[in-house]
Amino acid sequence: MSNAPSLKFVSSGRRVREDRRFVAGQGRYVADVALEGLLHVAVLPSQHPSARIVSIDAAAAMKMPGVHHVLTGEELAGAVDPLMNGLDTPKVRRFPLAVGQARYAGEWVVAVVAESRAQAEDAAEKVRIEYEPLPYVIDAEAALDSSSPPVHPAHGGNVLLDRTFVWGEVEKHFAESPQQLSFRVVWGRSSTVPIETFGVAAKWDPWREILDVWASIQMPKYSDQIARSLRIPLNNVRVHQDVDVGGSYGVKRGIKHTVIVAHLARILGRPVRLIEDRLDNMRAGDAHGPDRIFDVEVAFNDEGIVKSMKMRALDNVGAYAGRSPFQLGKPIGAIVGPYRIESVQYRAIAVTSNKAAQEAVRGFGQAPTNYAIETAIDKVAAALGLDRIDVRRRNFIRHEEFPYLIPSGTRYDSGDYHTVAAKVLAHADYEALKRERDELRASGLCAGIGIAACLEPSGGNSAFEPLLNEKNTTSTWMESCRINVDGLGFITATIHTTSSGQGHETLAATVIGEVLQIDPDLIRVMRPDTLSSLPSNSPVGSRMAIMLGGAAFHAAQKLKAKIIRIAAHQFGCAETDVVYEGGTVSNAAADKKLAWAEHVTIAHRNFHLLPEGMEPGLEATHVMQVPTGTKLPEGGRVQMYPCHSFEFHLVLIAFDPEIGKPEIKRYVIGHDCGTVINPHIVRGMTLGGIAHGIGASLMEEFVYDGEGQLVTQSFMDYLLPSSHEVPRVEIVHHCTPSPFTVFGQKGSGESGYLGSPAAISSAINDAVAPLGISFSKLPIRIAAISDAIAAATSNEKAPG
Amino acid sequence: MEPCHEKIAMKVRLNVNGREREADVEPRKTLLDTLREDFLLVGSHAGCEHGVCGACTVLIDGEPSRSCLMFAVQADGYDITTIEGLAPAPGELSIVQDAFCETHGLQCGYCTPGMILAAHALLERNDAPGRADILEAISGNICRCTGYGQIVEAIEHAADRLRKTNVPRGGRP
Amino acid sequence: MKPAPFDYVRPDSLGEACAILASDVDTRIIAGGQTLVPMLAMRLARPARLVDILRLKELHGISTEENAIVIGAVTRQVEVERSEIIRRSLPLLAKALPWVGHPPTRNRGTVGGSIANADPSAEIPLVAITLGAEIEIANPSDRTRMPADEFFIGPMLAAVMPGDCVCAVRFPLWTQARVGTGFHEVSARRSDFAFVAAAAQVALDQVGRCIAATLGLGGVGDRAIRIDVAPLVGNVPTREAITDIVRAATKALDASSDLHASADYRRRVAATLGIRALDDAFAEAASGHGALP
Repeated sequence: MSNAPSLKFVSSGRRVREDRRFVAGQGRYVADVALEGLLHVAVLPSQHPSARIVSIDAAAAMKMPGVHHVLTGEELAGAVDPLMNGLDTPKVRRFPLAVGQARYAGEWVVAVVAESRAQAEDAAEKVRIEYEPLPYVIDAEAALDSSSPPVHPAHGGNVLLDRTFVWGEVEKHFAESPQQLSFRVVWGRSSTVPIETFGVAAKWDPWREILDVWASIQMPKYSDQIARSLRIPLNNVRVHQDVDVGGSYGVKRGIKHTVIVAHLARILGRPVRLIEDRLDNMRAGDAHGPDRIFDVEVAFNDEGIVKSMKMRALDNVGAYAGRSPFQLGKPIGAIVGPYRIESVQYRAIAVTSNKAAQEAVRGFGQAPTNYAIETAIDKVAAALGLDRIDVRRRNFIRHEEFPYLIPSGTRYDSGDYHTVAAKVLAHADYEALKRERDELRASGLCAGIGIAACLEPSGGNSAFEPLLNEKNTTSTWMESCRINVDGLGFITATIHTTSSGQGHETLAATVIGEVLQIDPDLIRVMRPDTLSSLPSNSPVGSRMAIMLGGAAFHAAQKLKAKIIRIAAHQFGCAETDVVYEGGTVSNAAADKKLAWAEHVTIAHRNFHLLPEGMEPGLEATHVMQVPTGTKLPEGGRVQMYPCHSFEFHLVLIAFDPEIGKPEIKRYVIGHDCGTVINPHIVRGMTLGGIAHGIGASLMEEFVYDGEGQLVTQSFMDYLLPSSHEVPRVEIVHHCTPSPFTVFGQKGSGESGYLGSPAAISSAINDAVAPLGISFSKLPIRIAAISDAIAAATSNEKAPG
Repeated sequence: MEPCHEKIAMKVRLNVNGREREADVEPRKTLLDTLREDFLLVGSHAGCEHGVCGACTVLIDGEPSRSCLMFAVQADGYDITTIEGLAPAPGELSIVQDAFCETHGLQCGYCTPGMILAAHALLERNDAPGRADILEAISGNICRCTGYGQIVEAIEHAADRLRKTNVPRGGRP
Repeated sequence: MKPAPFDYVRPDSLGEACAILASDVDTRIIAGGQTLVPMLAMRLARPARLVDILRLKELHGISTEENAIVIGAVTRQVEVERSEIIRRSLPLLAKALPWVGHPPTRNRGTVGGSIANADPSAEIPLVAITLGAEIEIANPSDRTRMPADEFFIGPMLAAVMPGDCVCAVRFPLWTQARVGTGFHEVSARRSDFAFVAAAAQVALDQVGRCIAATLGLGGVGDRAIRIDVAPLVGNVPTREAITDIVRAATKALDASSDLHASADYRRRVAATLGIRALDDAFAEAASGHGALP
């Protein structure tokens, strides 16, 4: 489907309608939901990274003012099923509260329920827990060793996943390549840390047998998991999706919080709410991101063409599994990045340790993987003394080669990497930028240019699940939209998910307006609860432009087709002989016409005028399957995602060699996400993604000390970029439409983040390369830069 | 032996958005929690409760302040302005609020009330802020969605429109 | 993160405040609250009672005496930042203020609060140490002045006894004709605690000889310190002399090491910033732009 030149609403800079309520402070977040008789939960964490829970004495706590209940893990485990694992690891059991053993410092052991949060916290302090500390393991490579203390003894070791894929003739390619190099890079544990923590309120109605849930949630199959854990029918669960979510970027999956409050609501007969405070969130929200060691080898020739790559990705998942090991699997769908690498060996290892658990973070493992791939390309260039951009150009998949099949089984839909790169270089004036770098160096500063080229796979099936767990046979990840035209001709559409700032109401209205040729601002978009909803899989995997856009499009097309059929029936002509324009349908001769109001009247009132077999009313629904997503993995290969956006980062960084504080002097990003449905939304995603990347590469990290304690527990130590730390970013746009989507749109929800850590690392390493040093761990801290330079320059001065 | 503290409420009289409001609160109840729970002004948000993120920002005598770092019992005698106090009338937006809509200076909206109040306070005392002034004025408000670019544009846009409309500055909102 | 319960009193006078503080050890002063309230929220501090001194007029204000600028303890940081008196007569403090937290915390935080908090990387204590300020302390029986050197004893540790209340900070006025100041800071983000901060103030005579100089460093060890730059006095300052003195003085400094910065980093950057602060101060003094009235 090519980019139709005459788009009226799609691609135009329309206001994002959701903004209106937020600027007035009229958003409705979970903490704003008023429920009569609401009780509040505070949790008591374990201080030990690993300890047997010997006894819990809640007597004193129960006597505290306002306290209703003190919930232990044992009580809860008796009433609910364990939370779901993604992998086939049945002996790794996870309950919302620690059962018998606490497995990381901060893990929730007890939940106290009281009339107010303050009272619950007062009472939590009075709970007496006796622990017997156990051996623990924090480091991933230590956990890999079979002698390390197992976090889940019944599982028999700390390895949750150790799977090697070989796509293509890797050994042969390595053998025949004249050049090889190997290196390690480490992606430090960080996360996207939304400003709103996770919160959930639940209420059990025993008369209707409905569990109502309001949550700051971004989670596919959320209500499924609630039902399973609580052992109730799924149609007893009503998740209210009109709760505004204050940022998520993947991580808001609070299923353990939800099971806690749902259980409490049931037993106490009152609504119960748990809102993480910031300490709860940082320590034990279980929303940390990838914590990954990459060992990479590449085989290449003297021109810098990379033929083959071996990558071992070792991820420290934390104390529980959940979905996060799949963050090793999703990058398989773009394992060669934008390059024509012919064969790949990929070993994905997930190990448990006594750290907090991970959750899906923006890109689901793609950003760390891109960091490893881009480092490889930079090192190839350095080894051969070639320009890093030249090497990329030589390796890029060429525009005419799309759809391009990569060794791991995904076909990239479309792209024009050379053009995007050229546009960026032209816009930035690359030669001038190099001169600027050299001038900065001449003035005594360290200065470097960083480059990153990477893909944003978007819109996919959850195909990494069956790939890493053969028992999983999921081959759809659908999305839906319903449109109703009411008796007076007004249009209301429904979408069936929560949103966390992506502008989905605007997206749906724009698409529907485009198809029906009606001003999108006249189209109301509602979010019914899950009992009234059609299937949805949540805004994950950069999927909504493709999937919600597609569902809305097809539903609107069905509606339009119905209108055309009604009109053609009135005119007595073929449906192909009428013209639809702006809601009015005329016949070919243009002497007969039906306006919008007339279609509505016929559909709603004049059944006798409808064509044979047509239902009354004017309503259409579409449940959309993922384009290209029909087959299960075969032989370790699968079509992971249908669409692939592209970004090309060019960054100039400078810093004083003694102070070591990087300043981003210029940031240019080329971004190609196909057809853009709303430019404001896409731009916001890219700029926000880059800010996340600045944090991950320069200042954010969840640091555990040798005693298994989280050192960075608050915003005083976990440093989020403020307005001073994010530079002005220049976005250079390009559009290579996807052949698989209704307007040619691809996803952009992860843009910027997927490449900026690689680009910033590349720039800093370019800056210090003349000193013979490099950094191979993110984040790269100010003091580390200065210390490394001082060590290198003092070595130079040292005699002999 | 730890002292036992019975819950003792104190009566506070606060001036919020030009109206006198009363509440009975424990001394330890923050201004943020009082605004949200006692006065049902839920536009101010809790993001960290330790004074870093700025989602709780309100104006105290016109100056951005962290309502999570003030107890309600300390807050009498000030003019307190929350985001709810900015709109000229129900359904209408102030120029600053509208500017944020024009440039899409937000996404999830959680930091937005605090951000807008900081912007409002800046533009009340500086009708032609440069980029550095804007960055400094919002440096105490963390946004995780936007990367600040469209926020800075919103404030520049608002400054421009305010200059053109000849709105008197420096008075109470 | 809700604080443990406490009582709250707002005395009408300093005397009353001191009496309350002296009568009950489990009582803390609250003024701006920007550093105390986070500690209360995290339950790291659990006083039984808070004594609110923020509205005590006797503790508020900026005044000029013959040899000193006196800043009342509950004067808000933003007031100092915007004060014309400070800009003209205490330019070093004026330079330091924009680095203190960020605008919202300066709107509520007080000068006395920053002093009493005694954070080793805080800017206001650094300027107090650098200029040899005096801290005025009241207790139920009397009122004393303590040199800043004696007041700050360790990280977050000040020489205050139960019943004490910091009332004011007295910064000495320099009366020389050609005074210059310099302030440099490195932190992870603009608003963060300094890894290292350097504050310098110098005076030159009519022929460009240094007649007074002081350099303070914050954030390096467990409190702000002054570096001995006396050898600069009596000579025309040179880059070499400045560098030599500062490097020698910082080489063996006690420095702390944490997640954000190693001890070596702090020492190294202390030297760099100390040199820059002195450079700036001398340049400003020479240009005459730092002239005091």
